[in-house]
Amino acid sequence: MDNQAAVESLTDVLGKFTAYIGKRLPTDVKKKTEKLRAAETNPLAIAVYDSMAENQDYADKLDRPSCQDTGVIQYFISAGSRFPLLGELEGILENATLDATRLGPLRHNAVETFDEKNTGTNTGSKIPWLDWEIIPDADHAIIDVYMAGGGCTLPGSAKVLMPGQGYEGVTEFVFDVITSRGVNACPPLLVGVGVSTSVETAARLSKRAILRPVDSSHPNENAAMMETLLEEGLNEIGIGPQGLTGNSSVMGVNIESSARHPSTIGVAVSTGCWAHRRGKIRINADLSYDILSHEGVVL
Amino acid sequence: MIKVISTPIKDEDLENLNVGDVVYLTGQLVTCRDVAHRRLIELKRELPVDLRGGAIFHAGPIVRKKDDGEFEMVSIGPTTSMRMEKFEKEFIEQTGVKMIIGKGGMGPETTTGCLENKAVHAVFPGGCAVLAATKVEEIERAEWQDLGMPETLWVNRVREFGPLIISIDTKGNNLFEQNKVRFNERKGAVIEKINSQVRFIK
Repeated sequence: MDNQAAVESLTDVLGKFTAYIGKRLPTDVKKKTEKLRAAETNPLAIAVYDSMAENQDYADKLDRPSCQDTGVIQYFISAGSRFPLLGELEGILENATLDATRLGPLRHNAVETFDEKNTGTNTGSKIPWLDWEIIPDADHAIIDVYMAGGGCTLPGSAKVLMPGQGYEGVTEFVFDVITSRGVNACPPLLVGVGVSTSVETAARLSKRAILRPVDSSHPNENAAMMETLLEEGLNEIGIGPQGLTGNSSVMGVNIESSARHPSTIGVAVSTGCWAHRRGKIRINADLSYDILSHEGVVL
Repeated sequence: MIKVISTPIKDEDLENLNVGDVVYLTGQLVTCRDVAHRRLIELKRELPVDLRGGAIFHAGPIVRKKDDGEFEMVSIGPTTSMRMEKFEKEFIEQTGVKMIIGKGGMGPETTTGCLENKAVHAVFPGGCAVLAATKVEEIERAEWQDLGMPETLWVNRVREFGPLIISIDTKGNNLFEQNKVRFNERKGAVIEKINSQVRFIK
């Protein structure tokens, strides 16, 4: 395959994959909502879970985006340093977004700031948003596609705590965000928490946290324990689907962390709604691919 | 037996509804969100749709233009209603709208607006946008298309659109405010229990 053909082939795959994730939820999210539905006892909450399931069936059958807010398109890229299309990837992802917008069809969600005009293409200044990590000595790339909807983006918050506030302050921050603005963000939510050194590092990690599978755990024992404590604690509050009360509040809590300055604890929360539309795809050096987030996909 | 409310909506259609009740809507439903509210209230522009006795939907749908020029409703779920809290009380007073449909709760201003003008706020389950689109029979008109796809006022004819869960009734009750009190009552003890186990700084 020459370079031009390779670029076209990868653009085609990523455009189709981006459109696909707006229609069908990732396997872990689907299983988790089914589990929460089975454990629910509040009749109004059960009715909402049933509407959710009915909606996903319709989306599948009619081949349409399951939620009208198909978000701002964000790509989180972990690219091998020897991935053959490393330099072309930015352009490929912009064209994939244009393709997906037509294929979905996706809603037009890129408003050029200060001009305050919707571009009508889902592309604009720095949009689609790209987040890069380089994997040394590898020749593959792993790309997480995320549809950052308005509702689940609104609760996002970050601040820097003083060490005296400790991890206790982290708990309070998470609970404050989820029990206030989280209620309107289409619970049960996947809660991402970044524990780090400053606002932007914590915020980035909190977003990376919601790209992890719903039931995954942080490798550090204390952090993993805190994930479980926060999940169980938030569920005890009983926010329920759509904030209408119920037996659970969240699909899970994922923490991502970095080392911190001795004088600061940066903390951030990002939330994913129940219709958590993300997809993970591995592109190999020969441009063959494996979809890691969804079972049984045909693009 | 489902309870169906039809437009034009009269005061007596709403007076017996309580928060938590589930109803369905048949008739005209107009999408109306951030910029439409701002244009009416702050910029004093007249809305291009008469909403007396009507219903609005806080929503920005995906609409496809078909080859014959007609619009097709693809996907239309609710958006976060709280964003319109700043404008809604005055919006109700000025337009005479009777039912506001959206997602999540609204605040004290809207609650007052609903009480004084006999209107309700109702929740359609968020994210259930294809389910909602199947209840849209036709897009009758599209106004203020200069605002782009999400913000255009899409005038829809709907049939048994729902489930709609009443979150603010005509008597001053607000379901989400009641729920928040409950969440906050539970919060303190839960945080205390967690915090006794996360004193990692020693």
